[in-house]
Amino acid sequence: MINKIIIPISGNEISPRFDQATEVIIFYLEKNETKPEEKIIVLPQASADKLCHMILTEGIKTLICCGIEDEFYQYLNWKKIKIIENVAGPYKKAVELFLEGKLNNGDILMKRKIEGIELNEV
Amino acid sequence: MKQSLIIDFFPIQKILMIKEGFMNPKGPKLLTTGLFSKKTDTETILNSVSQGIVILDTDLNVVFFNTAAESVTGGLYSTSKGIPCRYFLRCALCTPECPLKKNGELNGKQIETDILNSNRQKVPVKITFSNIRDENSNLQGYILLITDIRNSEKQSSQERENYTFSSIIGKSSEMEKVYRLLPVLAQSDASILITGETGTGKDLLAEELHKASERAGGPFIKVNCGALPETLLESELFGHTKGAFTGAVENKPGRFKLAHNGTLFLTEIGDLPLTLQVKLLTFLDDKVVYPLGSTKGFQADVRMIAATHRDLEEMVRQGKFRQDLLFRLNVARIHLPPLREREDDIFLLLNHFLQQFNSALNKNISGFSPEAKKILLEYKYMGNIREIRNIMEYAANVCQRQEIDIVDLPAHIIPKQSETYTPETTNQTETKVSKETPETDFSSFSDIEKKLIIDALIKSGGNKSKASDILGWGRTTLWRKMRKYEIG
Repeated sequence: MINKIIIPISGNEISPRFDQATEVIIFYLEKNETKPEEKIIVLPQASADKLCHMILTEGIKTLICCGIEDEFYQYLNWKKIKIIENVAGPYKKAVELFLEGKLNNGDILMKRKIEGIELNEV
Repeated sequence: MKQSLIIDFFPIQKILMIKEGFMNPKGPKLLTTGLFSKKTDTETILNSVSQGIVILDTDLNVVFFNTAAESVTGGLYSTSKGIPCRYFLRCALCTPECPLKKNGELNGKQIETDILNSNRQKVPVKITFSNIRDENSNLQGYILLITDIRNSEKQSSQERENYTFSSIIGKSSEMEKVYRLLPVLAQSDASILITGETGTGKDLLAEELHKASERAGGPFIKVNCGALPETLLESELFGHTKGAFTGAVENKPGRFKLAHNGTLFLTEIGDLPLTLQVKLLTFLDDKVVYPLGSTKGFQADVRMIAATHRDLEEMVRQGKFRQDLLFRLNVARIHLPPLREREDDIFLLLNHFLQQFNSALNKNISGFSPEAKKILLEYKYMGNIREIRNIMEYAANVCQRQEIDIVDLPAHIIPKQSETYTPETTNQTETKVSKETPETDFSSFSDIEKKLIIDALIKSGGNKSKASDILGWGRTTLWRKMRKYEIG
């Protein structure tokens, strides 16, 4: 059985908002495979409704995103989609962590910086 | 690490800021020099501001945010210092590209947008952008001033350009006088007498006064003095004890007791019987309620609001209303003007009710045709706002197009001349229509229905089954309506 993961993206990063994303990346992971196949879909316009529809028609199992409106969160939850929300940073790292079982809600996957200098304490 | 900054945000009194400990999220506070001889704790100052303040560096990473900004965003991450602003604010402007990156120069500009908070709710906000520059005018970062406009948006969506006191609508000068009084009276604990014709919104005003008062958390109890016979009203208002009279099988708390710590609204106070007026007077004097059949009083902390459409002064002259009660109730008086004295508000109210019924009926009616608008504006609403509401409910139900036209209006409000009413004849009919005393026949729909039934019965030769077929009704409906109109 293929595990399908969808991430609304903006460039190389997770889109800050589900309803504002104009691109999504879908990862297809075959059973016993470690490296997933990926497909980027460019949407004609940002629409949370259409994204939800796509998630259901594509048979997605997991959604990794940052901000998502409660209406859509509850709807997808009801449709038994696993949602990991409030994840900030590069989508590749998010998938890696997810496949390792280490991705959690609210994870920040980037170095904190001010004026280009990394913050030394979190 | 030390660096001085100048913020454009305070153009007159430029503040030199020393950034200390920014590289450590839990580092020392943000300090300012240039205000006083010693460094000032700017973080505390910024935290005392009710608007959200977010300071970003030139890479748009969060350098500082105050507590108001944290409460608007919902305090998403344990510490958000150093993360990109787009993940902190999650603003609709962030995608596809931040306007700060796109335009660069947004200094002093205000943009209305929304942000997605940690409760997964969209919060409408107004963001003001300002640049932060160093001594040599080099850009160091940005300040975003975030104003939560949830409440103001709610108001503006209810009524865009008018003046309102909660759900009371109107922008005429007569209403402005009322608005000026309301907040003051709401905050006082004085008894209020609301006068005005039927349908002017006396009940609504009383409820709004209660909501705006310090008693808002308490009960709002309404009693219609004209609705109950004298004996029942006494028991209803003051309560009774078990066995006080035949049928008093249990103790009953009166409305005064129920309204304890809240507001008691006596509507149609002009209809209160003289005997009860005395009892009410006693209560207003010593604030103690004696239930029927009881010698034990109850100290009720109640604010009184009374309303009537009657002329109480005239009633006093006729001996139908006690003068001393009028004096006690009349501590503050609010007179709600009839709609004919606030013509400026008619269109506002028409639009308000149109919007209300649009959303209630799930319709998308955009407005009125010029002919319908003219009729609606010139009609004399003897039933005041209640009548306007009823007319709009009818029109919104009947209208199947984008605009309400004459055919969608109730027949009784259309002047006779307008049967041949066209935009070209507007000028000719204008004076006639305005001078015409409008009909106040509220049962015209009933008349039409009655006529339809009689016609159908004539056509069917008195056969009710056939008549009901002609009318498209069931036999029972026809029978019910015939009984209603006393036909046959």
